[in-house]
Amino acid sequence: MIDAKYKMGGFIALAMLLAVSPLFLNAYWVDVLNSVGLYALLALSLNVILGDAGLYNMGHAAFFAVGAYTAAYLNTQFGVPILWALPISGISAGLFGVVLARPVIHLRGDYLLIVTVGVGEIIRIALINNVFGVTGGPNGIFGIARPELFGFRIRRPQEFFYLIWGFVAVTVFLFARLKNSRFGRALDCLREDPVAAEGSGINTGRYQLLAFMVGAAWAGMAGCLYASKMTIISPESFSFWESVLIFIIVILGGAGNIAGVILGTFLIIGLPELFRGFASARMWFFGLAMMIMMIFRTEGILPHRPRIFKNLDRLLP
Amino acid sequence: MSLLSIRNLTKTFGGLTAVSDLSFDVEEKSVVGLIGPNGAGKTTVFNLITGNYQGDRGDILFDGAAIAGLPIHRIVTLGIARTFQTIRLFQNMSVLENVLAGRHCRMKSGLLSSMFKPPAEKREEQEALRFALGELAFVGLKGQATQKAGSLSYGNQRLLEIARALATEPRLLILDEPAGGMNEQETEALVGLIGKLRERGLTILLIEHDMSLVMRACEKLVVLEYGCKIAEGPPLEVKSNPKVIEAYLGAD
Amino acid sequence: MEEFFQQLTNGLAVGCIYALIALGYTMVYGVLKLINFAHGDLFTLGAYLGLTLLTSLGLSGRLGPLLGLLLLAVLVMGFVALTGALLERAAYRPLRQSPRLSAVVSALGASIFLQNTIMLIYGARIHVYPQDILPKVALEIGGVSIPLVRILVFVVSLLLMGALFLFIQRTRLGTAIRAAAIDQAAARLMGINVDQVILIVFLIGPGLGGVAGLLVGLYYGQVNFTMGWVYGLKAFTAAILGGIGNIPGAMVGGLILGVIEALGAAYISVAWKDAIAFLVLIVILIVRPTGILGERVADKV
Repeated sequence: MIDAKYKMGGFIALAMLLAVSPLFLNAYWVDVLNSVGLYALLALSLNVILGDAGLYNMGHAAFFAVGAYTAAYLNTQFGVPILWALPISGISAGLFGVVLARPVIHLRGDYLLIVTVGVGEIIRIALINNVFGVTGGPNGIFGIARPELFGFRIRRPQEFFYLIWGFVAVTVFLFARLKNSRFGRALDCLREDPVAAEGSGINTGRYQLLAFMVGAAWAGMAGCLYASKMTIISPESFSFWESVLIFIIVILGGAGNIAGVILGTFLIIGLPELFRGFASARMWFFGLAMMIMMIFRTEGILPHRPRIFKNLDRLLP
Repeated sequence: MSLLSIRNLTKTFGGLTAVSDLSFDVEEKSVVGLIGPNGAGKTTVFNLITGNYQGDRGDILFDGAAIAGLPIHRIVTLGIARTFQTIRLFQNMSVLENVLAGRHCRMKSGLLSSMFKPPAEKREEQEALRFALGELAFVGLKGQATQKAGSLSYGNQRLLEIARALATEPRLLILDEPAGGMNEQETEALVGLIGKLRERGLTILLIEHDMSLVMRACEKLVVLEYGCKIAEGPPLEVKSNPKVIEAYLGAD
Repeated sequence: MEEFFQQLTNGLAVGCIYALIALGYTMVYGVLKLINFAHGDLFTLGAYLGLTLLTSLGLSGRLGPLLGLLLLAVLVMGFVALTGALLERAAYRPLRQSPRLSAVVSALGASIFLQNTIMLIYGARIHVYPQDILPKVALEIGGVSIPLVRILVFVVSLLLMGALFLFIQRTRLGTAIRAAAIDQAAARLMGINVDQVILIVFLIGPGLGGVAGLLVGLYYGQVNFTMGWVYGLKAFTAAILGGIGNIPGAMVGGLILGVIEALGAAYISVAWKDAIAFLVLIVILIVRPTGILGERVADKV
C-alpha cells in the first residue's frame, strides 16, 4: 500500500513538473512536448485496441487522418469552429472504425494486422487522389483555423500545450476508469483468451467492435487537435510509418499500461529530439535501441499488471 | 419437464460422425454423468450444448426452448455455464478478476457508465465484487483472490473455473473432466463440492474418467461409444450393462 | 490484346519477385509465428550488394553476362543468408519465449537498423544499376515483346522456387521444416532439432530475398534504401493472401498480387495501384479468412 502511495505521489509530481514546464522551456521544446502530447493521445487510443483488447491494428493513422480531415473540411468549408469539430471528428472516426472493423474483426491476429495496414494505405492513397474532391490531393487542406476557447484564440505553442495536455489528462482520467470497470475487464478477457471470454458470457464480437470504436474515436479527436495546431494537413502526415510508430510506442511502453504508454511516447517521440545533432545516425541508434529494449524488457517498460482491489476484506462474507 | 433435453443430435466433421442421433434428458436439480471411452464424442456433445459447435441435425432444448444456433454468450446468459477440459483461465489476470469475468453477463454498465462511473455503476461493481468473493469462498479459494490465476496449482485452477462458471448464476453447470489432474484428496473435496452445488439447487452435467467419482456423484449416467448412446440409467445398472463393459474393455 | 499480354508478363515478373520475398516471410512465420519485418530490408541489402559486386568486381565483363550474373546471385544469396542467420541470433532468439508482439517490435527495430545501416554506408540518394549487363534484346511472341531481363526474372525465380519446393517436399530437412511449422513442440519431441530448422529457415528466406533484390535492381535499373518497406509490405501481403505459413501459398499469392497490380495500374488507375492490391487482399480475406491456400484452423475448445 505504501508502495502504491509513493508511486501515485511520483506520478503527481511528474505531472506537475510537466504542467509548469512551458514557463521555463523555450518555444522549440514546448513544441516538442506538444507533439509528444499528440502522439500520447494516439498511443493511448491505440492502446485500447492493441493493448487492452489485443487486436493487432497497424493502421491507426487512418483514424487519425479521418478525424483530421473531417475537422479541416468542416472548418475550411463551413467555418465550423475547431473545438466544435472535435466531437464530430471523434464520432466520424469512431463510426469509420466500426464500419471498417465489422467485416474483418474475426480475422486471426496477423491477418487483421495486414488488413489494417491495407486500410491505412488505402486511406492515404484516397487522400492523395483527392477522393470525392474534398481532400485537396497531395497538397492537402490549408488555412485551418486555430481553436478558440471563450473568445481566446489559441495560437502560441505554450497555449497549445495546455490544450493538448489538458486533453491528454482528461483522456488518462477516463481511460483509467474504463480499465477498472466491466468494460475494461471484458477487454482484458478478450486479449487473454477470446474463447474463454465468450464461454464466460462476454459478447466478444461486440466488445471487439467497441474497442475499435473507442480507439478510433480518440484518434480522430487527436486528428482534430493536430489539424488546428498545424493549420495545414496533407496525406504524408498519415503514412504507414506513423501507424508503425504508434504501434511501437504502445508495445515498447507496455501494452495495456497507461503510464507505460505515456512514458513510451516520451522515449520514442521526445528523446530523439535530444540527439538532433547526430542527424543521420539517429535512426540507426533508434532501431538498435528498440531491439535491445525488447530483449531486456520483453513486456515493455511498464508491463500491464492485474488490478489491485482495495479493502477486499470488508466485502468478504 | 427436464431442464435440458437433447433430441436426435448429430454432428459430423468431414466424413467422421462424432455424435450420432443422440438423445437424452437432464432433469432439473440432478447430477448426470456423460461417460465413454476416449474419442467417444463426449466433449463434442458439450461443445454442441454450449454453442461452440453447430450440430448438423437435432434439437437442444433448455427449459423448453431451442438453443441450438444461439451465440455462445447468449447461451451462458440463458443459464448454461461450463468449464473446459483443457483449463482456459485468463492466466495473467488475478483470481478475482477471473470470477468477475463470469459476473459480466449479469451486469449492465455499458461504455459510458464505465467511463463516467455514476453511483449505479459503483454499486454494481461492489455488488459484483461481493458476489465473486462469495463464489471464491464457496470453492475454497478465498485466500488466493489477489494471486495471478496462472500461479495456482492445477487442482485450484479447476476450482477457479468452477467459480467463474458459478458467477454467471447458471441453472445448468457443465463440467468437462473436473477431476482431471487432481490428486486423491482434491478429488475427494470435489465430490463434496458437487454435493454442495446440488444442495444449492444446481443441475450438473459432467464428463469424468474417474469412475469412483462418477459412481458417487451422479444419479444418472449416459454412456457414449463412437458418438452413439449405448446405455443410460442409474450408475449401478449401467456398470453391469454388458455393452458398457465391452466398450470399456474393448477400448483398453 | 497485346497491351494486355504486355501487362500480364510484366505483372508475372513482378509477381515472381514478390513471391521470392514472400517465401521468406512465410517460412519464418511458419516456424516461429513471427512477422520478420526486417525481411524487406534484407531484400534491399541484396539489391545494394549486387550493385557493389557488379561495379567493383565487373563480374559480367569477365565471365560473360550469364555466368557472371550466376556467380553474382550466388554471392549475394550467401551473404544475405548469413546476415539473416545473424539477425535471428541477435534479435529474435532472445525473444522466443516472450509475448509475440515484443518480437514484432524487435523485428521493426531490426528493420530500421538495417535500413539505416544501408543508408549510412551508401548514402540516401537513389543508386543506378549499370545498364550494359544484359544485351538489350527481346523475345517476340505474337506481337508481344518480352525483354530479356523479364525472361531472366522468370527463369531465376521459377528455378529457385522449384528447387525450394523439391527441398521442402522431398528431403529430410524439408520434412523437418514442415513438421516444425505444424507443431513446434511435437516436432521437438519427435527428435527434430528445431533450432537447426530455424537456422535453415533464416538462411533460405533471406537468401531468396537477397536474390529478389538483385533481380529488382536488374529489372528496374535503380535501387534506394527505403525500397525494402514497399516491397516487404507487398510481399507480406502476398504471403497472407496465399495463406501465411504455406509455401505454395506464398508463390501463388505473389503471382496473383503482381498480376492484379499490373492490370489494375493499366486498366483502372495508376494512382490507385497500391490501393487496388490491398482492396483485393481485404475482399479475399473476408471470403476466405485464412488466405487462398491457408488451412482453416478451428478454435479448439
